[in-house]
Amino acid sequence: MNAAAERLYRGVRRLGGGRRPVGRWVVIALPYLWLAVFFLVPFLIVLKIAFANIQLSMPPVEPVLTWTADKVLQLRFHFSNFAFVFGDELYIAAFLNSLKVAGVSTILALLIGYPMAYGIARAPGAWRNILFLLVVLPFFTSFLLRVYAWLGLLGRNGPINDVLLALGLVHEPLQMLQTDFAVYLGMVYSYLPFMILPLYSAIEKLDLTLLEAAADLGCRPTKAFFTITLPLTKEGIFAGCLLVFIPAVGEYVIPALLGGPDTLMIGRVVWDEFFGNRDWPVASALAIVLLAILSGFVLLLQRVQAREGEA
Amino acid sequence: MNTAPAQGAVSGTTAGAPYVRIDRLTKRFGNFVAVRQVSLEIARGEIFCLLGGSGCGKTTLLRMLAGFETPTEGAIYIDGVDVTQVPPYERPVNMMFQSYALFPHMTVAQNVAFGLRQDGTPRAEIDSRVREMLALVQLDGYEKRKPHQLSGGQRQRVALARALVKRPKLLLLDEPLGALDKKLRERTQFELVNLQEKLGVTFVIVTHDQEEAMTLGTRIGVMRSGEILQVGSPSDIYEFPNSRFVADFIGSVNLTDGTLTEDEPDHVRIACPQLGGTVYVDHGVSSPPDAKVSVAIRPEKIQLSRERPEQPDNVLSGVITGIAYLGDATRYLVRLPTGFVLRVTAPNIFRHEERLGHDETVWLHWHPSAAVVVTR
Repeated sequence: MNAAAERLYRGVRRLGGGRRPVGRWVVIALPYLWLAVFFLVPFLIVLKIAFANIQLSMPPVEPVLTWTADKVLQLRFHFSNFAFVFGDELYIAAFLNSLKVAGVSTILALLIGYPMAYGIARAPGAWRNILFLLVVLPFFTSFLLRVYAWLGLLGRNGPINDVLLALGLVHEPLQMLQTDFAVYLGMVYSYLPFMILPLYSAIEKLDLTLLEAAADLGCRPTKAFFTITLPLTKEGIFAGCLLVFIPAVGEYVIPALLGGPDTLMIGRVVWDEFFGNRDWPVASALAIVLLAILSGFVLLLQRVQAREGEA
Repeated sequence: MNTAPAQGAVSGTTAGAPYVRIDRLTKRFGNFVAVRQVSLEIARGEIFCLLGGSGCGKTTLLRMLAGFETPTEGAIYIDGVDVTQVPPYERPVNMMFQSYALFPHMTVAQNVAFGLRQDGTPRAEIDSRVREMLALVQLDGYEKRKPHQLSGGQRQRVALARALVKRPKLLLLDEPLGALDKKLRERTQFELVNLQEKLGVTFVIVTHDQEEAMTLGTRIGVMRSGEILQVGSPSDIYEFPNSRFVADFIGSVNLTDGTLTEDEPDHVRIACPQLGGTVYVDHGVSSPPDAKVSVAIRPEKIQLSRERPEQPDNVLSGVITGIAYLGDATRYLVRLPTGFVLRVTAPNIFRHEERLGHDETVWLHWHPSAAVVVTR
């Protein structure tokens, strides 16, 4: 290296890492500050409400922090809300049903999404971008509008029933709205892109010569899919499943619009407690329990992945 | 398919019959002809090198042998069996990939065992054969490692072990040493040849590196534009190239055009205007008189001297315009009065030597057998 280049190099190093630069901390601190203000603080408020008692006021909760008559700061936590949540079969059933609906939707999205992602990743160059765009295209319209659109499509006089009647496949319109079928359809439809995107990037990264190597060593294509392709795209599968499962468990709009009165999901229960019963503490307790369950899933998955990485 | 893995290396073929026969093989991709009417016979136990620049069709030919590409025309026979339409997973052929293509989620042992597991080989046998193979490539103790925990040279050996563990009838190697650094390459070349001799497996190697082809190959096929131009032993290819392209592609060469002026069975004379004289060659050429030919002279076959050598033919004089000292030899550029520049390589035999200098006028001469006449 000549002298001039060396001087330049040292200069760049000093700028970059020699002195701890302020810029780096700003870049890291900004998003954390954002999360602290708009996620951590609201979360603490919800947590506080979950430990409070209901009372007729605005907001309709007792304060957790109070001053007693002799000027002593008093903290009062009520665990009754959690006891109530776990004691009531309705809430347990709502949780279990939410997990079931989200789980089944996730599996359906995976079964539909994997072949789609595979197809896109293996499509010739020019097609790949178009197909990819088509997957992202629904995001250009509001989520709410798209769910409302299903109301029209699935209705008694909707186009789907019209076609079925015209083809003579049914003799009277099918009741599709307000069924579990409509909820699953809405879930899979809405969350499919979240499944496809991580799967696509995982499959696209897969080195095709590995499949040739497998074939060369006597492995048939179907077996190669399960022994090579699937294990090597596992990260994408995990990521896709989390991205679908987590929002699906707490989903409110889809079961509220497409589901029937007996579609019991935790998102709706929280809504009803909050707005219907004005029982903020129970609604908050439900939200906290949901958060705990989902965090548990994420941690479990991370541990599984970490162990895979070590082995 | 009933390729019992054990049968590969030991099953008998009638002596003399080619082990691998490629019959007028053509591969077209759309309008592009990647491989054109290639016919080739490879004997058992041979190391056959396909040598050529990028895009010459050598890799396509190899991929057709492996079964990854289906030939447009022609047929491939291995040990007398037509395998042209046999899918890769049923061929008695294994390949070592240029990128090695090790399975990143499997350990070294699992990688090597993969092929045997596909055949349903019993567990105990798999274990012993994997151990044996890893010992052979000097990787015992590395069974539990993942590919990313290995060095480039170790990965190369895992890839080799994985391809050899099934005892294939034919091992295909795509640029086997391409990803290794120079020192490791030289060592691995000899290891590869030793291993091949020990196991007796027939190797087909694709490479763009002529040095690699010369050291590894028992025979070399030089390819260009989808065709095989010449097949022969490394010394055949080097000493008796059959075309300008082969002469120029293998090693360094002085190529000049000329006209046959004297054509006898035991010698020919070629007038070379670029050299400003005639070249005398002590063997006949089967060419019509006055034919346009090319003369190829290797740089190391030309000798330099300060005194005019005492021989009637093949003597020229010129001025040294360039000197490159390489340690073992020195390379000179000598400009002839015609302006044509000849490359000359002289071994450095003596440590203290009064070496030739820049702008010095020197005499060049070569033996009547040194020049090669090529007609295409």
